Amino acid sequence: MGQVVLKGINKFFDGVHAVKDVNLQIRDKEFMVFVGPSGCGKTTTLRMIAGLETISSGDISIDGNVVNELAPMDRDIAMVFQNYALYPHMTVYDNMAFGLKMRKFERSEINKRVLEAADILGIGELLTRRPRQLSGGQRQRVALGRAIVRHPRVFLFDEPLSNLDAKLRVQMRVELKKLHLRLGTTAIYVTHDQVEAMTLGDRVVVMKDGVVQQVGEPLELYNHPSNKFVAGFIGSPAMNFAAVTVTEANGSLIAENSGLRIKLPDETAQRLRGRIGREVMLGVRPEDLTVAGGADLGHPCFDAVIEVVEQLGSEILLDMKVGESIMVASVEPTAGVSVGDKLRVAMRPSRLHVFDPQTEAAI
Amino acid sequence: MAISAVSDTTLREAPPPRRHRLLEDERWLAFVLLVPTIVLLGMFIAYPFMRGILLSVTSSRVGMPGDFVGLANFYKIFNDGIFRTSVYNTFLYTGVTTVFKLGLGLWLAMLLNRNFRGKALARAFILLPFIIPTVLSTFAWKWMFDPTFSVLNWLLYHLGLITGRINWLGDPDLAMISIIIVNIWRGVPFFAISLLAGLQTISPELNEAAAIDGAKPWQRFWHITWPLLLPVTMVVMLFSVIQTFADFQIVYVMTGGGPANATHLFATYAYQIGIGTGLLSEGAAISLAMFPVLFLVVIVQLLYIRRVEVR
Repeated sequence: MGQVVLKGINKFFDGVHAVKDVNLQIRDKEFMVFVGPSGCGKTTTLRMIAGLETISSGDISIDGNVVNELAPMDRDIAMVFQNYALYPHMTVYDNMAFGLKMRKFERSEINKRVLEAADILGIGELLTRRPRQLSGGQRQRVALGRAIVRHPRVFLFDEPLSNLDAKLRVQMRVELKKLHLRLGTTAIYVTHDQVEAMTLGDRVVVMKDGVVQQVGEPLELYNHPSNKFVAGFIGSPAMNFAAVTVTEANGSLIAENSGLRIKLPDETAQRLRGRIGREVMLGVRPEDLTVAGGADLGHPCFDAVIEVVEQLGSEILLDMKVGESIMVASVEPTAGVSVGDKLRVAMRPSRLHVFDPQTEAAI
Repeated sequence: MAISAVSDTTLREAPPPRRHRLLEDERWLAFVLLVPTIVLLGMFIAYPFMRGILLSVTSSRVGMPGDFVGLANFYKIFNDGIFRTSVYNTFLYTGVTTVFKLGLGLWLAMLLNRNFRGKALARAFILLPFIIPTVLSTFAWKWMFDPTFSVLNWLLYHLGLITGRINWLGDPDLAMISIIIVNIWRGVPFFAISLLAGLQTISPELNEAAAIDGAKPWQRFWHITWPLLLPVTMVVMLFSVIQTFADFQIVYVMTGGGPANATHLFATYAYQIGIGTGLLSEGAAISLAMFPVLFLVVIVQLLYIRRVEVR
């Protein structure tokens, strides 16, 4: 079992309100990812769950027991640190065995568990080495090994992949996912990388300035962001935003600004009926923009001038000037476009997002 | 081909001055850079050391060049009761103070390594005994241990712990304890600040990882902090042992080696015989007698440090 519940959690650091009223239910066996920009309170929240940071107010419970006052060692959790935190004076074997030795396990049981973990992680050859003799990826595995030998109720990960190079990070990400499927232990994972959050998480918590912005499955966050921050944070390249004024013409709604004038599709229009004459924030993802052609007949379209063409191989990113503002479109690699071209760009009507310009909440 | 031809001709056209070419050679450059250090060490360490050795095998006194007498001076001092006392004192003094300085220094360092208000100020204050010139602070201590005006006696008396005066510097054992106390007081800051610097290189994450791994505070100290601090500790101990073994100022000011030569150390006794009494050669022999011991200490500790650091 490993169900973690956060109820009204607050954290103050010297008068700074770092974590604000966080309520979360992390289910048993779930892989929960906390994501957000630096300073958003995600690591602090994780450290409070670990018991490395005191809780200013609220309750954290694991499997129904409030653990606020329990020392880290009594919470039955294991943590993987950003810098691995391997004991430099111990061999890989001793690093992994340390937690079991401290908990007075039988020597044979320690041996069995360490070898088993080493086997899962493929570090059997390294057991007699010291951390300084290992590469970054190997250290990462040892840090994982140290966590899994304990068979804890919950794994806590504090940006464990951020010190690896890009290629290794992708590889370890897949391995972490496999490891979680294999062990089935509840995992709470902190990262600032939205790709890690999307690929690893069963559910994702997006945080900003100590406040939870949205909790949901990755695609839910991508398709239905609850506010402008989540919309801009999830997805790469980031969503395009344009401030537009809603007007009515011939019974249908029009969104316009200095460089843009589009007829809003019915579904969006319905939500904006009450806002005629007012400003809203329009959002559209780069991948939902296409170079207008026959198939897009009837889709909202606008004119743009290409400023930069970024060839990624599998796609092309176009930085376009639309009126006064810049928008990015991700288009097919076959699109023959070059800098300076004037284009007609189409939006996928079902993929338009609108936000309130003041509260930034989705409309 | 074309490139090498060009560089060949440029070389031929403008050969650099010989002086510059010599300095281009790293072996020569290294030698040139080392010269100032070699000259200084030679003038102020090697030469006096050699003169000391030469002096110790003669019968020189102040005003008398003397003759070669072989090891007679060494034979003489090894049969000298005061010399034996000072050897014993030196080992006792070094041993006891080092243990206390390490213990107290480590304790202070761990306290200072925590986060608290006024941390920077506390760290600066800790250094005071180390900054004040030793002779001055030792004079202050001398007054504190003075049999008549002793503030210590006054305090102990008013706390009701003693009824009469304690003659701190008049009793051989108490005098030894007194100078040991002063040395510890003076030496703790060096240990504390050096060990604090060592502690700060240990990532707090290691302690957190150990806490989650189930290690209790003293287990974390024993399994994590202490082993990681060991290289720094050994270096600090090395410096401290060398300095304490050859200590002079505290004993010279506090007791002058008294009462009745009971608190002499190598250095003070060598000074008393060599300069005070004028028996230069014998004084040289006494100070040279320190050398093998210190040499051994340095070798052992350096080997140990290397072993620890290789890990």
